[in-house]
Amino acid sequence: MLQIIQPSQAGTVESNDILIVLTPASADKGIEIDLVSPVLKKYGRQIRSVIQKVLQEQGIEAAHVSANDRGALDCTIRARMMTAVERAAGEEVLG
Amino acid sequence: MKLRRTMMFVPGNNPGMLINAGIYGADTIIFDLEDSVAISEKDAARHLVYSAMKTIKYSCEVAVRINHISTPFGYKDLKTILAVKPDLIRLPKAEMAVDIEEIDAIITDAESKHGFIPGSIKMMAAIETAKGIRNAYSIATASPRMVALAIGGEDYLADLQTSRTKDGKEFLAGRGQLILAAREAGIHAIDTVFGDVNNEEDFIAETTRIKEMGFDGKSVVNPRQIGIVHEIYTPTDKEIDHAQRVIAAYEESLARKSGVVSLNGKMIDIPVVKRAQRTLAYANAVGKSERGATL
Amino acid sequence: MINGVGREIPESIAGIKNIKPYSEPFSYIPTGCLTGPNIIINKPRSEKILTSIDQAIEASGLKDGMTISFHHHFRNGDYVLNMVIAAIAKKGIRDLTLAPSSLNSINEEIIPYIEQGVITAVETSGARGKLGQLLTSGKLSKPTIIRSHGGRARAIECGELQIDVAFIGAPACDTYGNINGVEGKSACGSLGYAMVDAAYANKVVAITDHLVPYPLFPISIPQTQVDYIVPVEAIGDPKGIASGALRISKDPRELLIAQYATTAIEYSGYFKQDYSIQLGSGGASLAAARFLREKMKKQGITASFGLGGVTAPFIEMLEEGLIKAVYDVQDFDIPSIESMKRNKNHQEMSASFYANPHNRGPIVNQLDVVILSATEVDVDFNVNVITDSNGVIMGAVGGHQDTAAGAALSIVVAPLLRGRLPMVIDQVHTVCTPGETVDIIVTERGVAVNPLRKDLKENLKAANIPLMDIEELRDIAYEFAGKPDPIQVSDKVTAVVEYRDGTLIDVIRTTV
Repeated sequence: MLQIIQPSQAGTVESNDILIVLTPASADKGIEIDLVSPVLKKYGRQIRSVIQKVLQEQGIEAAHVSANDRGALDCTIRARMMTAVERAAGEEVLG
Repeated sequence: MKLRRTMMFVPGNNPGMLINAGIYGADTIIFDLEDSVAISEKDAARHLVYSAMKTIKYSCEVAVRINHISTPFGYKDLKTILAVKPDLIRLPKAEMAVDIEEIDAIITDAESKHGFIPGSIKMMAAIETAKGIRNAYSIATASPRMVALAIGGEDYLADLQTSRTKDGKEFLAGRGQLILAAREAGIHAIDTVFGDVNNEEDFIAETTRIKEMGFDGKSVVNPRQIGIVHEIYTPTDKEIDHAQRVIAAYEESLARKSGVVSLNGKMIDIPVVKRAQRTLAYANAVGKSERGATL
Repeated sequence: MINGVGREIPESIAGIKNIKPYSEPFSYIPTGCLTGPNIIINKPRSEKILTSIDQAIEASGLKDGMTISFHHHFRNGDYVLNMVIAAIAKKGIRDLTLAPSSLNSINEEIIPYIEQGVITAVETSGARGKLGQLLTSGKLSKPTIIRSHGGRARAIECGELQIDVAFIGAPACDTYGNINGVEGKSACGSLGYAMVDAAYANKVVAITDHLVPYPLFPISIPQTQVDYIVPVEAIGDPKGIASGALRISKDPRELLIAQYATTAIEYSGYFKQDYSIQLGSGGASLAAARFLREKMKKQGITASFGLGGVTAPFIEMLEEGLIKAVYDVQDFDIPSIESMKRNKNHQEMSASFYANPHNRGPIVNQLDVVILSATEVDVDFNVNVITDSNGVIMGAVGGHQDTAAGAALSIVVAPLLRGRLPMVIDQVHTVCTPGETVDIIVTERGVAVNPLRKDLKENLKAANIPLMDIEELRDIAYEFAGKPDPIQVSDKVTAVVEYRDGTLIDVIRTTV
């Protein structure tokens, strides 16, 4: 189980990418996701689901995620989340 | 026959390029975690390449250029990437056989841990220093996984204390040694990157030159270069025709139980027959792998 | 009622008369006669020149409820439409129908006038940005009518679209109303769209920034059609009207798509001496022009004619003798404008000659090959070029329906994914061009041939391109992007898309 000890950022605002800003949140807040995306209607639900899943897999129960999407595929979102979590936790993230 | 006419570098920190890397027809794509990725983004590139390889089915050979194991990143690269079964690990700046041996052992462990067929993950080494060139043969034979040697560009020139010229004299010594070592070891020799994507004329000249030297392929940095290399490496109709006639003459001499093979009144040695056989096998392999008309 | 492409068309739509559902590309047989302007007399040496747009509005007799038109040959360099509507609004005239040949983002300036009720209905080929959003939102009292270039010409000529006053931006105009588009600081080349308006509108006002002594030649729009002339400081921004030659794309994905498209043309059976071609102005199209040029040179093939939307790569081929003649409804860049001016093999044509399906035969009927773009394509080969992934109007039908129907070989090129958006999907949001007129879809990951074209499928087997079923392309797209959630729409119809024959091929509703 990883703990978010510091704010972190991963990704860019280039095409096909997603900029993730991860900040710690108190346990009662749970997971909050602020999502901006040009494909919000068609893929907003799926993007949020991928973000949630990565946090769940890493055992993170509370965090604030600000996601600025530029048409990233799930594999890119997952990778950016893994990087952001690793940078926030100061520990290696695998798989 | 495995073709490695083109090995295309794809920066590991660029999601758009990772996703589209496989559509351009390169024989091998190399996802780069090393020189094209800023130090602050080494972790990000590692995750992007891992995630792309886990999700996307690439139809060509997938290689990953890891950071050298003497850097803070090399071991992490291997740990993460080996889990998603790259076809080929490319080690940069290889100087000694022991570099290869150490990585070979790490790969063996990973294959066992993940249940991959032992030996299924191959290796190649990029040689970028004079010392590396001197050790080229021992590097090439340091592991049964080794399938190719490449000569690196800018780092090699820096080590030699020279710079690029139009006719490539600066690479004369290195290319020569590399092709000899690779051939003796029975593996591929891959030439250096040509960075000026807009200079088609010089690119064609350089590629032709290294093909004539015996190199099996070239590293490329842009899809536009792929068609050009493939065209140069495609046997011409004339070459294929000649090879077919040599083979026919050879088979005819076998049928006659004669020790002498002749074509058009000229005697043909066994090496010539072997070359003809190689040409036809190569033409077949190229015919099967070509996608899309050449540009 | 369900129409010929499976779309639900309401029996009645407030603000739309005479609803005919689309059936097949050529099944609707028109009746009736051509319409025309009122007959008048103009005495010798009469004075047509007025001092201001205000004066012209008065002289034209423009009243509440009438229909006005403009051309879009100046694209985002146009000043005329915005200027005239502002002047009309100042005069307190209201409830007008605006029927330009198309709308661009520069026309967002008129949004306040729409909101104020100066304009209450729009008939256009398309719209962009905020204007497109406004038209989709349904704030106008009548649904917007979307028509192709050929469809607009048809509607004008048969009287379905009655233009009361046509305001024509005239790059060069003489003192009695002869107009051409190749001279003056706001030269735009062909005036193909405006030619139809000028011939059929009840009053025609030429607005020019280059008034020349009588007589002007060559003549694109004759004095016999022009009522009034208003000289102004500037009718457009030359930089917005015509770019320097458009640069061919360096994007490797677009180049790959172009390569597959030209290979498909090469093996289609249509690539032979004296074939004819039309190319779009998008990146992949321009790249295709270059590849085609190389193939034509290599195989010694020349084209009998080219159609456009004309750009510099086309002109290069004309000047090299690879294309014998170019028929031109619109010019995009300076080399194209210059060519029309100097080259007798570069002919201007009206939108009617180009694409009107209800005359003795438009030139698209003789076209062999066309390359088109798309925002979306579905597994029935239907094409959407008008709405985006959010169901909002942001594009234009243009000549899409016309060329696809007329050409022997219609090829649609597009990347399989734009960002995360799949371009090949189950059902397009809005059908603009019916699938039975679309022959080949070319993406960078695969090429699909319409099952209706068994001949093409057979010919393309010999080509080295990745042929696959269209369902497979959709599956690949969905595998990368995920299957998208559907866009929810309301019941309210805010725009209708006419097919070129005047039937309704689809409707656009507000999104929820």
